[in-house]
Amino acid sequence: MPPTAPTSIVEFRRVEKRYGDGPVILNDITLSAAPRDFVALIGPSGCGKSTLLKLVAGLSPITRGELIIAGHDPTGSTGELAYVFQEPTLLPWLTVVENVALPLKLRSAPAAEIAATVRSALDLVGLAPRADYYPRQLSGGQKMRVSIARALSLSPRILLLDEPFGALDEMTRDHLNEELLAIRERQQWTAFFVTHSVAEAVFLSNRIVVLSANPGRIHREIPVDLPYPRTPDTRRSPAYHQLVDQVSQLLRSVEDSIPTRNPKP
Amino acid sequence: MSSRKFLQLLLPALVGALLIGLWQLVHVSLSEDQRFLLPAPAAVLAAFHEHGPDLWRATLNTTQGAFLGFACAVIVSATLSLILSLSPLVRATFYPYLMILQMTPIIVFAPMLVIWVGPGLKSVTIITFLICFFPLAVNTTQGLVSTDRNLVELFRLYRATKLQEIFRLRLPAALPYFFTGLRIAATLAPIGALVGDYTAGSSAGDGGGLGFQTLIYSSQAKYAALFATATVCCALGFLFVAAVLSLSWLLLHHWHDSYERADT
Repeated sequence: MPPTAPTSIVEFRRVEKRYGDGPVILNDITLSAAPRDFVALIGPSGCGKSTLLKLVAGLSPITRGELIIAGHDPTGSTGELAYVFQEPTLLPWLTVVENVALPLKLRSAPAAEIAATVRSALDLVGLAPRADYYPRQLSGGQKMRVSIARALSLSPRILLLDEPFGALDEMTRDHLNEELLAIRERQQWTAFFVTHSVAEAVFLSNRIVVLSANPGRIHREIPVDLPYPRTPDTRRSPAYHQLVDQVSQLLRSVEDSIPTRNPKP
Repeated sequence: MSSRKFLQLLLPALVGALLIGLWQLVHVSLSEDQRFLLPAPAAVLAAFHEHGPDLWRATLNTTQGAFLGFACAVIVSATLSLILSLSPLVRATFYPYLMILQMTPIIVFAPMLVIWVGPGLKSVTIITFLICFFPLAVNTTQGLVSTDRNLVELFRLYRATKLQEIFRLRLPAALPYFFTGLRIAATLAPIGALVGDYTAGSSAGDGGGLGFQTLIYSSQAKYAALFATATVCCALGFLFVAAVLSLSWLLLHHWHDSYERADT
């Protein structure tokens, strides 16, 4: 068992996950994240990336091993954690402001605190002028911004993002990536970011964890040494392109290797 | 008023006038001794005048029965739906009996009801309730169990209590389904009250409604008065549906896709 880094906020120790008697989804996951880490999770579909986030969120229990979130069991850590889903997952009958306020309302925060927090969260994502709109009046990118503002309204220590920009066009996605990093400059959270896009993973993270499938396990971890703050210029630097190439090749080799070792139980 | 809106009002009115004209035409084309089979529009108007007080009293009674039965159905079905939505096991336990209740023709029940609670408003209310209940319960239950799984997960993630999940998520999400049931029930309520009154109406005091009035007019061969009764029933149905549609608009038009966007 590896020694515990005293500074880690998320700590997986030989974690295994299966649903009921089903096949092993995640096998022997050992991974730790320090505060302010931005960990990108990438891998072929079915490698259990989203499941990994659900374990951290306490939405699903681990089968074997140990998982410690901010010193607690995942189900015991409350309020330090926010989740951004693949879909914006907004309540259609609430306005933008009410949607962002929801997590605070659910824990009965004082009204004044809610108002102030929500306003600053909306300012962060640039949606203050749309505060009284209903979700159906917003574009896909705007809905995702609301979803991010809602997650940030909790001042989370851990931010889990499950392919949040997967459904958006490339330009909107690039913009949102830049915005997310700009917000990170002003806040202190640790991020786990699931994505299918190598470019996105390299641009955002300081660590890329490549997973392989059947069962999902950690194939390789690649540090991303590009300095923060990153800007659109980062995408033009040779170091960036080199990393994108490296991760793409790694991902291809992982995907190619799936059929060869696939002893279905 | 835009010309399109004007046409939307004018054309239905024209069709209405045309139908009344056609009606009059059929009436006069019948031979003199056959004309009683289809009273003229004017005769129906006259019947309104002649039977006005009776019709008004009957309408009030039927409206009362329809509304009471409808309101009871809404309250009971909403409560039951909440219970049914708790677990698949609860649903499996009670659903067969809900079906049996729906499949049994009310007409067969009516004579028993009259024996149990007596003729009049009570019977009419219960019959209306039985007719409105099923579509409401089925639709509301469906709505309560069809909540978007992602939203449920979101609430779990934010450690919402069960009550918060019900009141802030499941109930609002079920509203469109509830209104589908409510719309069906609103068309059924006046019919239910009418059928109830027809089979279990009361001649005592002021108890008779439109169903009872139908029995009287048909036995006295007052066909123009029957047409007038039918017109009143029709208006009553419109009133119920319009009330439900207005409420639905009020609660849903901001956010639900069944209403057009307000600003595009």
